[in-house]
Amino acid sequence: MKRQKILETGMSWLFALCACMSIVAVVLICVFLFANGVPAMKEIGFIKFLLGTDWAPKNQPASYGILPMIIGSLCVTIGAVVIGVPIGLLTAVFLSRFCPKKLHSVLEPLVQLMAGIPSIIYGFFGLVVMVPLARMIPGCTGVSMLTASVLLGIMILPTIINLSESALNAVPDSYYEGALALGATHERSVFFAVLPAAKSGILAAAVLGIGRAIGETMAVIMVAGNQARIPTSMLKGIRTMTANIVLEMGYATGLHRQALIATGVVLFVFILIINLTFSILKKRGEKV
Amino acid sequence: MSSRTMALPKQRIRTGRRSNPPEPTQGIQSLVLRVLVYGAAICTFAVLLFLIGYILIRGIPYLTPDLFSLEYTSENCSMLPSIITTVEMTLLSLVIAIPVSVFTAVYLVEYAKKGNKLVGLMRLTTETLSGIPSIVYGLFGMLFFVTQLHWKLSLLSGSLTLSIMVLPLIMRSTEEALLAVPDLYREASFGLGAGRLRTVFRIVLPSAMPGILAGIILAVGRIVGETAALIYTAGTATELPSGLFSSGRTLAVHMYCLSSEGLHTDQAYATAVVLLLIVLAMNTISALIARKLTKN
Repeated sequence: MKRQKILETGMSWLFALCACMSIVAVVLICVFLFANGVPAMKEIGFIKFLLGTDWAPKNQPASYGILPMIIGSLCVTIGAVVIGVPIGLLTAVFLSRFCPKKLHSVLEPLVQLMAGIPSIIYGFFGLVVMVPLARMIPGCTGVSMLTASVLLGIMILPTIINLSESALNAVPDSYYEGALALGATHERSVFFAVLPAAKSGILAAAVLGIGRAIGETMAVIMVAGNQARIPTSMLKGIRTMTANIVLEMGYATGLHRQALIATGVVLFVFILIINLTFSILKKRGEKV
Repeated sequence: MSSRTMALPKQRIRTGRRSNPPEPTQGIQSLVLRVLVYGAAICTFAVLLFLIGYILIRGIPYLTPDLFSLEYTSENCSMLPSIITTVEMTLLSLVIAIPVSVFTAVYLVEYAKKGNKLVGLMRLTTETLSGIPSIVYGLFGMLFFVTQLHWKLSLLSGSLTLSIMVLPLIMRSTEEALLAVPDLYREASFGLGAGRLRTVFRIVLPSAMPGILAGIILAVGRIVGETAALIYTAGTATELPSGLFSSGRTLAVHMYCLSSEGLHTDQAYATAVVLLLIVLAMNTISALIARKLTKN
């Protein structure tokens, strides 16, 4: 009896300990990123690092400005949202309100599959299919902001579809039925009664999509061209923060290496802000 | 239903339909909306099917026995070593991640009291973990496991990084599965005199097994496809890793190296096929388990 009691308390402590692992992990990640990145920022100068337009670690003296990468990340993300959110949202509307049940049971696993395809395969697909296609546009080298945006738009589709579909499904049927009873057609009821009611869930989906797009690495590297300069047109190559880290970390040393880690810190801060927005939106959606 | 209403004399039914026809703009607007919805859905699934079809059709002809020889050379670009590394990496990551994440879910569902501040913090951190992009995990793994703990580029550093990454994934599906177990089971178990621990291991976890399994399989898919978190934690050595502390490349990293070198596009196609097939299989199994779960 006594042995069992010891076992009970022991295991409950073990469970609690495991549950604390996620807290430990987040704290460790924060500590190690900031401890390695912030000194480099200080050494380069915060303003010079964040707003400098020259990334030339090989120059004498080297200059580490990541503004081109920040702008690159933002541009690609905006492009992905412009392409991914409308298509994803409309597909979610289709799955939620237009699709016959039998077709739904086929399409739903396909969306999950789309989420499960590794980013390296998306990137490879972009490289062998979309880059040659983009090359047909006059003035475009193929690897460009446009290609990266379209590819990322495709990649965030499953995130948008999943979250907005569940937001749409959570809207009470009475909204839809009420609109029908007032004489609206099926389409109008869905778009003007159900969609507005699911607004905050859909916004949360878009925000999570932004998070996915800004953090995406391998696919972007393969199609974005990776030139570290401020983009002047949709058809020119750009470099994102994620690409900057992966491309140069292999041979970087000293301050250069630390500057790359600091790039990671900037990315991490972006992600934290996006996550915070997402959880606020989600909470607001649950309350309504 | 419809035949009965048809049989009734027409003027007696109050259908609630308005006497004047709807404005024509409503019809046009509805049509446009309908076209948009169908168009978007077709677009989404066409892209997906095209992607899968293109890679399979272009890649399958390049699947030669040469690609599966035991030794990697720069001529044959064999992917067998990286397949074996992938299996090792997956198993190692799961061995670490499964107990921790399942126990976390057990704690949150079965043990934690409501309104506990620590629980709120745990939820916040797991949510944060699931939002962190893999490159940040890669950076962290490089700084902590590789540099700070001096484990070098190794299987262990890579799999620990990955296990942190899939932690929230397994945890969430386990939590959902545990919540779906009816309280009746627990009460019956307590009523028979079982303790909390025995109830968890004998009653709750077995009945939540399919849900947990589905989560684990999703995690496997994520591990197999991961690249960015592994390049600077597990490295890109082409040989089979000889132990926990030696470097090795997984299939996805192998594919990145092949396609970024640009010399072995054919082999990259073939690797993509294998990778895609593994992910397809994982997803199918997970979906089947989930379907079985909803049927019960």
